[in-house]
Amino acid sequence: MIELAKRVGNREAGEGLLFERSSGIAVGSLLTVQQLTVADVAGILATAARLEAMAAAERARLLAGRTIALLFYESSTRTRTSFELAAKSLGAMTTLVSDKSSSIEKGESLKDTGLTLRALGAEAIILRHPASGAPSLLARMTGLPVLNAGDGMHQHPSQALLDLRTILQRLGMDESTVDAKTLAGVTVVITGDIRHSRVARSNAMLLPRLGARVILCGPVELLPETALGLETHAGPPLEIERDFERALAQADVAMMLRIQKERLAGVALDLGEYVERYQLNAERLARLAPKAVVMHPGPIIRGLEIAGDVADCAQSAIELQVAQGLAVRRAVLVRAMGVTA
Amino acid sequence: MSEILILNGLVVDPASGINESRDLLLRDGRVAAVEVPGGLASVAALLPRENQIDAAGLVVAPGLIDVHVHLREPGQTHKETIATGTAAAAAGGFTTVVAMPNTTPVNDSVESLRWMLDAARGSVVNLLAMPAATLGSLGAEITDFSALVAAGAVGFTDDGKPVLEDAVMRAALLAAGRLGVPISQHAEDTRMTVGGSMNAGRVAFRLGLRGIPVEAEVRIVERDLQLLREIEQTKRVRPHLHVQHVSTARALQAIRAAKAEGLHVSCEASPHHFTLTEEAIDAHSCMGITYDTNAKMNPPLRAEADRWAIVEGLMDGTVDCIATDHAPHASHEKEVEFERAANGITGLETALGLALRVLHRENGMSLAQVIGLMSARPAQVIGLTERGNLHVGSFADVVIFDPAVEWNFAASESRSKSKNTPFDGSAMWGRVQATICEGRVVYRAKS
Repeated sequence: MIELAKRVGNREAGEGLLFERSSGIAVGSLLTVQQLTVADVAGILATAARLEAMAAAERARLLAGRTIALLFYESSTRTRTSFELAAKSLGAMTTLVSDKSSSIEKGESLKDTGLTLRALGAEAIILRHPASGAPSLLARMTGLPVLNAGDGMHQHPSQALLDLRTILQRLGMDESTVDAKTLAGVTVVITGDIRHSRVARSNAMLLPRLGARVILCGPVELLPETALGLETHAGPPLEIERDFERALAQADVAMMLRIQKERLAGVALDLGEYVERYQLNAERLARLAPKAVVMHPGPIIRGLEIAGDVADCAQSAIELQVAQGLAVRRAVLVRAMGVTA
Repeated sequence: MSEILILNGLVVDPASGINESRDLLLRDGRVAAVEVPGGLASVAALLPRENQIDAAGLVVAPGLIDVHVHLREPGQTHKETIATGTAAAAAGGFTTVVAMPNTTPVNDSVESLRWMLDAARGSVVNLLAMPAATLGSLGAEITDFSALVAAGAVGFTDDGKPVLEDAVMRAALLAAGRLGVPISQHAEDTRMTVGGSMNAGRVAFRLGLRGIPVEAEVRIVERDLQLLREIEQTKRVRPHLHVQHVSTARALQAIRAAKAEGLHVSCEASPHHFTLTEEAIDAHSCMGITYDTNAKMNPPLRAEADRWAIVEGLMDGTVDCIATDHAPHASHEKEVEFERAANGITGLETALGLALRVLHRENGMSLAQVIGLMSARPAQVIGLTERGNLHVGSFADVVIFDPAVEWNFAASESRSKSKNTPFDGSAMWGRVQATICEGRVVYRAKS
């Protein structure tokens, strides 16, 4: 291969990427989980813990007078609300722009929308977008810190961070720090529509770097073999197990995913058969994984990938995940704004 | 009478087998003489100095021929015009280019073909065209092939999309075969590539992009080869299929087998497909340039095994020619979300530098073979006999280049109206010093 000559940044040994000013990507951007070193992850978790312990009034001074824009091209309940509440709890002003009620409807490009927000004083942009890679484009075009709040089928890094914090808490580990061995011996089974899931990609590339064994589970239509190409760096390699019950029996954490009907284009799937083979129901959970932590990034479709009573049971950490969103997003926001907390 | 004398150069003319020092006399737009050094001394003595080019240390070769370029005129002149695109061609050493028909409107009539080829468009090199194979390139009804060939068409294509329907492709091959021109096929089964924006595989999965599978190319190539076979057997016509920008090992293998079987099939490969792989889309993630839309084209960059198969196909002759698929786009059409970005990259000014670097320097292909892939052999694909060679009497189409210099391409200096290239800053091998088309100097490097 021809060596392309415009290489500037540095690749850190073994893992993670350092963003430099010269790259055109602002420090503090959160675009992918690979971009974070294990030390970065530990730093974010430590900040989250400190912010949580802080008095509300003190917290509200950290980003007082600062402006953060939320730019949402897809609907969202959890991510948008928790980012917005996190920013407000830090004292920042927020403004929400959505594709349905802005000049985006008139055909304004992502670049121009970003430049407009910057001109109006936005110091960071939280972006959700249906196109994979949109956050890196926005970061490059605006030079502002961009926080990826989910891009297409690509990544959802803040979700992976909050999932990590949830796992640490539920397994009784110190939630304020991690290293490459923290999750050694822990098996996480991610089941469902992995093909279309940005949450699966982010978790599958983050958790092994902290030592976790990650098993991907689903029918071939939703989980192609190419998934094994996701990088785990020094962590355990990813595994695929098509038999849900065999996977579940090994799970310390069972992470279930929604079938993304809106992205299924062309994929033929028998939902009845899917429920039969892959639904996490009370009987399976009691028989195969009575101690596993049950997780789901939401939105959940009760009765499809997960039975309603399982979502509500004591093993379920689904509401805890949502709550962790606030803590973790506060931490990535102060990081983006260059504030030490 | 206009004359140019090119002295002391290493003449590499694959068509005549010359590969040694020669002096070359061009007169009135034709090659007038090719002599051993000093053999034209009496001409030199009478010719003004400004009509003489000292090519000592340089290669003198037939002007390059590109059977696949997009010049965007009419209708998309914010990307390129015939004048700017052919200026880029001249800077890249090309003296003949073949314009694709996906302009606005589509070039599907004698009227539009004549307009495109009119001198008023300002082409600085020999401009040829392949009009659309079907009306509006809609894939339903073939255009008026015989009238278009009479008006100068050198083949037919719906490039950008395939001729998908079996019956339409059969009719096109048969009609073109009777006229002795190729059907140039963009081999993509578009029923398998909906929403796809890069090669299907691990990189696409990691980036969360829908894939364009290898099978989409293979299926159309195999279907077309089967049509060739059927027509040859039943119609006493020997149609010519030209497969554009072959990008996969499997399609190339099918073409290799078909050639062995004796079918009239040719194919082209693009510099980006023998230089880069799908990894280029994500190659600069360390500096934030991931989802590099300048590495997005159709067919997409493939895996390393495919890239290597293309190199091998060029080496063993299965690939008939190098074609750039020069596809200029304005920056606002590339500075968008990857899935929404326009397909294609510019290529006219980087083709020779990449071919010499990758094929000649890195893989040991002879200079003569590289030049053949860019002159004599593309001439053969479109049936040109007086171009692509330096025979006495042929058109005075010549490229003079330094075969032993490394340099870095700068998109900002491109003659093309557009700068969409993944090779900005990339190392090139060999640099064009002058391009002469029909005896006129159409490009001269800054000294």
